[in-house]
Amino acid sequence: MPVATIDGREIHLDDEGFLTDPSEWDEALATRLATNIGIELTDRHLEVIRWARADADEQGETPTLRRLQNVGGFPTKELFQLFPKKPAKKLSYVAGLQKPVGCV
Amino acid sequence: MTATDLPVDPTSAPIPSFDDEEDAGRKLVLICSKGSLDMAYPGLVLANAALGEGVETHLFFTFWGFDIINKKTMDALKFTPVGNPATHMPQMLMGLPGMTSFATHMMRKQIEGLDVPAVPEFLDLIRDAGGHLWACRMSADMMHLTEEDLYDGVEGIINASDFIEIAEGAQTIFI
Repeated sequence: MPVATIDGREIHLDDEGFLTDPSEWDEALATRLATNIGIELTDRHLEVIRWARADADEQGETPTLRRLQNVGGFPTKELFQLFPKKPAKKLSYVAGLQKPVGCV
Repeated sequence: MTATDLPVDPTSAPIPSFDDEEDAGRKLVLICSKGSLDMAYPGLVLANAALGEGVETHLFFTFWGFDIINKKTMDALKFTPVGNPATHMPQMLMGLPGMTSFATHMMRKQIEGLDVPAVPEFLDLIRDAGGHLWACRMSADMMHLTEEDLYDGVEGIINASDFIEIAEGAQTIFI
């Protein structure tokens, strides 16, 4: 399993590059990760990310797009604008979470 | 090249390859021809997944599949164990009165338990994710239905030729 050193800190990743330990994440790292995939983080991105992380912490799994909309109040359309094409995966990556596991 | 092909260098992080460029132009067409509860979901689940992967997705509803987008029936699809050996139940009993309602009720509960949305909400999700919904002209004419009768997200009632145009270059799945 790759261990990366980012800004002088050790970060544990899976083979694809997703963080395996959400506690190694902070918002500065999120900016770095977002840049890696061509996203410039805005306050709105951070709102979604903070909510997703809090929810994942409570529920024990990464929220799906449906949950982000129905429970978090972030419209699906907007999520596709913020994290183009693959919102669930890109959000998970930037938020330091694992990819959602369910089919829906 | 995917992220896993990269040499693992402890000082540099692998970056997920989201394959945005490779996937550009990928297109999926799902033909939904069945109107039972169990046969509505495969198309809806695949469409939603494809959209979440950035794939241009079209659903074409035809014949019994119209029940999925007919405002009157979309929230009342049924599942019947009759003639379905995969339920592993004695077929003699499956045709008894009330069996279809019972089986439908059970399936709905299971679907809900998995946190999978009911059909109308699923269509909302697909529409909001940028999916395209189309209805078949011949079926509409046979059933005397107009766009007014159909789910609002349906973009149009189109004929077979229109559909062939839309499906150009797409991976097409008949359900």
